[in-house]
Amino acid sequence: MSGISRRHFIQITGGAAAVSTLGFSNILLAGKSAGHVVIIGGGIGGATAARYIKRADPAVDVTIIEPNANYYTCFMSNEVISGERSIDSIKFGYQNLESMGVKIVRDYATNIDAGKKQVATKGNSNIAYDRCIVSPGVDFKWEMIEGYDAKVAAEKIPHAWKAGPQTVMLRKQLEAMKDDGTVIIAPPPNPFRCPPGPYERASQIAWYLKHNKPKSKVLILDAKDKFSKFGLFMQGWKKHYDYGTDNSMIEWVKGTEGGIIEGVNPATNTVIGSVSEYKGDVINIIPAQKAGKIAFTAGLVNDTGWCPVDQKTFESTIHKDVYVIGDSSVASPLPKSGYSANSEAKVCAAAVVASLHGKPAGIPTLVNTCYSLITPEDGISVAMVYNFDGKKIQKVKGSGGLTPMDSSPAMRKREANYAHSWFNNITHDTFGG
Amino acid sequence: MKVNKKLLTLLIIGGMSVSANSMAETTTAQALANTCAGCHGTDGSSNGPATPSLAGISVDYFKDAMADYKAKDGRYSTIMSRIAKGYSEEEIALMADYFSKQTFVRKEQQFDPKLAKQGGKLHRKYCEKCHEDGGRSSEDDAGILAGQWMDYLHYTMDDFKNGRRDIPKKMKKKVSKLEKDKGPEALEALINYYGSQK
Repeated sequence: MSGISRRHFIQITGGAAAVSTLGFSNILLAGKSAGHVVIIGGGIGGATAARYIKRADPAVDVTIIEPNANYYTCFMSNEVISGERSIDSIKFGYQNLESMGVKIVRDYATNIDAGKKQVATKGNSNIAYDRCIVSPGVDFKWEMIEGYDAKVAAEKIPHAWKAGPQTVMLRKQLEAMKDDGTVIIAPPPNPFRCPPGPYERASQIAWYLKHNKPKSKVLILDAKDKFSKFGLFMQGWKKHYDYGTDNSMIEWVKGTEGGIIEGVNPATNTVIGSVSEYKGDVINIIPAQKAGKIAFTAGLVNDTGWCPVDQKTFESTIHKDVYVIGDSSVASPLPKSGYSANSEAKVCAAAVVASLHGKPAGIPTLVNTCYSLITPEDGISVAMVYNFDGKKIQKVKGSGGLTPMDSSPAMRKREANYAHSWFNNITHDTFGG
Repeated sequence: MKVNKKLLTLLIIGGMSVSANSMAETTTAQALANTCAGCHGTDGSSNGPATPSLAGISVDYFKDAMADYKAKDGRYSTIMSRIAKGYSEEEIALMADYFSKQTFVRKEQQFDPKLAKQGGKLHRKYCEKCHEDGGRSSEDDAGILAGQWMDYLHYTMDDFKNGRRDIPKKMKKKVSKLEKDKGPEALEALINYYGSQK
């Protein structure tokens, strides 16, 4: 792109968009706003929505309300835990979005007044919006595990299900653990963020232990009897970690066989299951999940604890002009994943821009792809294409599915390489740069 | 003049995507292309190291590749055969048109300068006839090679050579001759040359 910087490129294409949408008269009134969109949450959903609104129409003012200076991606954070990559490699700032004209407000959104069309913040501001996009990720149902709360998670027994300090803590605990130790991972019941994530984490930790603390093992105490990519994980664990033998580095206890945990005692490092108690040297509890806090205070959830939306636009079916994307929304059949949040954000961004111009929303088309790394060179994936049946999102028949069980080691190595390429591309697509 | 022409193309693309957006009840080229960005990069310029860039691709090359991925026992791939089955011919045509009009943004890659230099000579002798302009051109449905991700080029050549992907007759002849004349290192030199292109 000789002679044209990326930023100019966006402005030029965006300028053309404004011409054909608004007609030439408006382009002459340079600087006239096409409306204000306030986005709550600067994660994958929120950041993608901001970038794609600006790409579609730079005349729309976009504000992201986000308490943290940086976002740490949950995807690939399991590689930080195993020591395969640094925490800084999953850290993303908002400078590229700012250079597109997105305003970042370092604050915490506490409520939405859908009548007055204002977002209230902890810092005591009220930010007016024309359209509000809510992308708060997940919150935890702490009450389901006795003795476990945000404080215990931050200080001793991390969930590490929002990447950042707890990811680093879990890594340090593994490094400090003696050989012949037990690492307990307790995955949550459905639905939750990143369905294959806990099992990729078990794989990554087993990889670290195999090469550094070979007498140690991973004990998975699962709330469920089955999980995402089940056959592929089982196959991979047998191949790499002697799963199912006396020397297995991974043991998996299913929900109906005592895997469901009811409590934890941080003082003794004990996990209390429905059948027996388990002692761990390192414990990682991933609690049951619900929509992010703001979704509850703003009354955007139904009795499932998640936010119902019109799946054509992601507008809340409860509050007009408020949209919910990412993990908090009911986007089923899409899973709660980073790729889904990115895909949903683009559908929502287009619908919001259309709505600000008084146009009908287009027909959504979405994709999800989730990679998991069983070892650094053994990647597996699940993919799906989705379209819209007039009322809701549906899987396109015949598309998608899992890595074939009989794919060769060479292909699995390619999948691992594509997983890392996916990481590079989706993070650039979301945060710019 | 060159920049002006580009600007004009960009304006047309921008205008088209929005006029398409305003037609309700149709999935737009922009909306379809957006779903590819997670793996292939925004507007089809990949950040690598393996997923290929699609920007600037020939319309027919794109359509043929997708048809081949969709076919039973079609093109060898990791996930593309699963993804391609999700799209109709009309949708694929929209995507082909969209990506063909994007500018291929070349990103930094690690390459061996000595090999790249050798590769440049080999390219001119063995490849330039079809992959014109140093492998930058997509004329006559040639794949764009200059600046394409080297891991992807390695996979592709490996698949061509081992019969996992159908190799065009003319290319097969040229690759055989190249390897006969210059040995197995020659392909590595070519890949480094393409990876070195900015």
